[in-house]
Amino acid sequence: MSDVPVSDADGTGGRPGQVDGANVGASTRYTHGGDEWILVELSEAMSLQVNMRAQAICRALEARRVAGVLDVCCGNASYLIRVDPDTIDPRAAVEILRELEQEVGDAHAFHLQTRVVEVPILWEDEWTHATLMRFRDRHQTPDKTDIEFAAELNGFASKDQFKEAVCATPFLAAMTGFVPCLVWWYQLTTPDKLLQVPKYVRPRTDTPERAFSWGGAFAAIYPVRGAGGYQLLGMCATPQVDPSRRLPDFHDADWFFRVGDLAAFTPVDRREYDRIRDEVEAERFRYRQVDVEFVPAEFEADPDAVNAALMRSLNGA
Amino acid sequence: MALEVLKPGLQTTVQDEGRVGTYAAGLPPSGALDKHAYRIGNLLVGNPAGAAGLEMTYLGAELRFTEPAVFAVTGAEMAPKLAGEPIETWRSYAAQADDVLSFGYLSEGARAYLSVAGGIDVPEYESSRSTYTLVGLGGFEGRALAAGDTLPVGNSAQGTPDRAVPEKLRPTYARDPEARVVVGLASYRLEPESLQALFDTTWTVTPDANRVGYRYRGAELHFIDREPPPGAGSDPSNVVDFGYPIGSIQVPGGIEPICLLADAVTGGGYATVATVISVDLDVLGQSKSNDPTRFTEVTLDKALDARHRRRAELDQIADAIHAR
Repeated sequence: MSDVPVSDADGTGGRPGQVDGANVGASTRYTHGGDEWILVELSEAMSLQVNMRAQAICRALEARRVAGVLDVCCGNASYLIRVDPDTIDPRAAVEILRELEQEVGDAHAFHLQTRVVEVPILWEDEWTHATLMRFRDRHQTPDKTDIEFAAELNGFASKDQFKEAVCATPFLAAMTGFVPCLVWWYQLTTPDKLLQVPKYVRPRTDTPERAFSWGGAFAAIYPVRGAGGYQLLGMCATPQVDPSRRLPDFHDADWFFRVGDLAAFTPVDRREYDRIRDEVEAERFRYRQVDVEFVPAEFEADPDAVNAALMRSLNGA
Repeated sequence: MALEVLKPGLQTTVQDEGRVGTYAAGLPPSGALDKHAYRIGNLLVGNPAGAAGLEMTYLGAELRFTEPAVFAVTGAEMAPKLAGEPIETWRSYAAQADDVLSFGYLSEGARAYLSVAGGIDVPEYESSRSTYTLVGLGGFEGRALAAGDTLPVGNSAQGTPDRAVPEKLRPTYARDPEARVVVGLASYRLEPESLQALFDTTWTVTPDANRVGYRYRGAELHFIDREPPPGAGSDPSNVVDFGYPIGSIQVPGGIEPICLLADAVTGGGYATVATVISVDLDVLGQSKSNDPTRFTEVTLDKALDARHRRRAELDQIADAIHAR
């Protein structure tokens, strides 16, 4: 019995792109994972549009409450379901999924009923800094910190400009998984502004709990301490998981975030970070959040206006 | 009624059928790796389906019954003894208060299951008593048992001793297991010769073999070169992160395939190429490090047929047990 025989998700390289509306569905692959699982790969490439299609199909499938469908798992550019073949023939399930794909089409009519949640980030904190310094030998640029590397690679003149770009727009929870409470956060921006940072050359054997990080086209917050290869940028002040379920936001489940959530990563200083940590310790902390509707078609037409409206909703203006 | 842990064995965990509906959140089903053996155990002691038992890996535990109880050991052959006297696997027995159940050497399979009438009564977590070993949730305090633990046993069933699985219906475990797979998922990423090599190679289970997954050694596989699509990693074995089925086989970097089991990581960025069919997950759960293992391709029809035959076999075993 030894360690986990699996490396974590990789996500490096590549250029952002968009699916051509006329070809929606042309590249979809339906395959059976043994007798119990069906993987539907909508596209080999990540984009906001393909993720919206996946979310729309998953929500429609859940709404149908199909007998024998046990798990519905939205992926970034795909989704995975588990069926009980004693209740539903997996081939019959695929027919339902194909129908739903037709119904959803390019997701132009999809309205995502969701919420925007404020997620406070302390940039370049002492804890992730200590960790990244311990693992410089596994990094592309041992003479630079992770955030210096990320800023330079994405063409920013300074770390501050990179931080501003991250905090400028909300992020979409495109997928959850790997371990409980881990979210793949995809920035709501245009493909030309999408930030991409490769993972470490060799994964670290340690990462602090709540480390705010970047790998490939996704931001992620490590829910618990552990190995990992994403670039370490800062520390999230707020819990991703609460197995005791004592915090008000976690009364019903160990986890808070789910696919479709929007997060606004908000910079905090050390004083504010400590204040939030005290609130968490006292089991009084609650996430600041507001229910919103996100319409992908509106975002496509005017991303800046939609993002500004989402931020205004959160800030009560 | 309770079970006291005198010696914990190598890795003994509380397991049941596993949880459903939590995979999207990243919480895998967990549950007994060899479902067939686990289910037979519940039949032998008269438990309702889904009652929790103990899964003992490679080396059995030493347990004391605090009160009289009916129990059965199924799965791997580990030379069980009750109060020092050898007993049979696949048969129910009555233990007296203070009787100790112990085990000898493993001679066949990898995991033995202990079923006790009434079931192991730890609190449910997300509708299951199964232990999720990777993060440490569910089961007994989210962990493998340790000496000094006391496990509560429920009182929902009384059980009848001396019920047995007829000889011809007892599962056996080969030293060179074969697992049937359905090809699919991102198999289009593999060179066709490499997909063939997955089936032509006799793989060896490495020491990296636990409830999360088994890693194999045997051949290098090659992925088709491509310009990585947006969001996918730069290695040819990377894809845009997606969900991993239980039983799915991925080949990070083209070396050492990993087959995910009940405590799987639920998703990630490595191309999966085939999935072990549900009944043969039991077979893998009874294989151990250094075992030579073959994968063979079957159609979905064959996979479903195997599943239905296994269900019929379990019904046959239930009838045989209750006819006595």
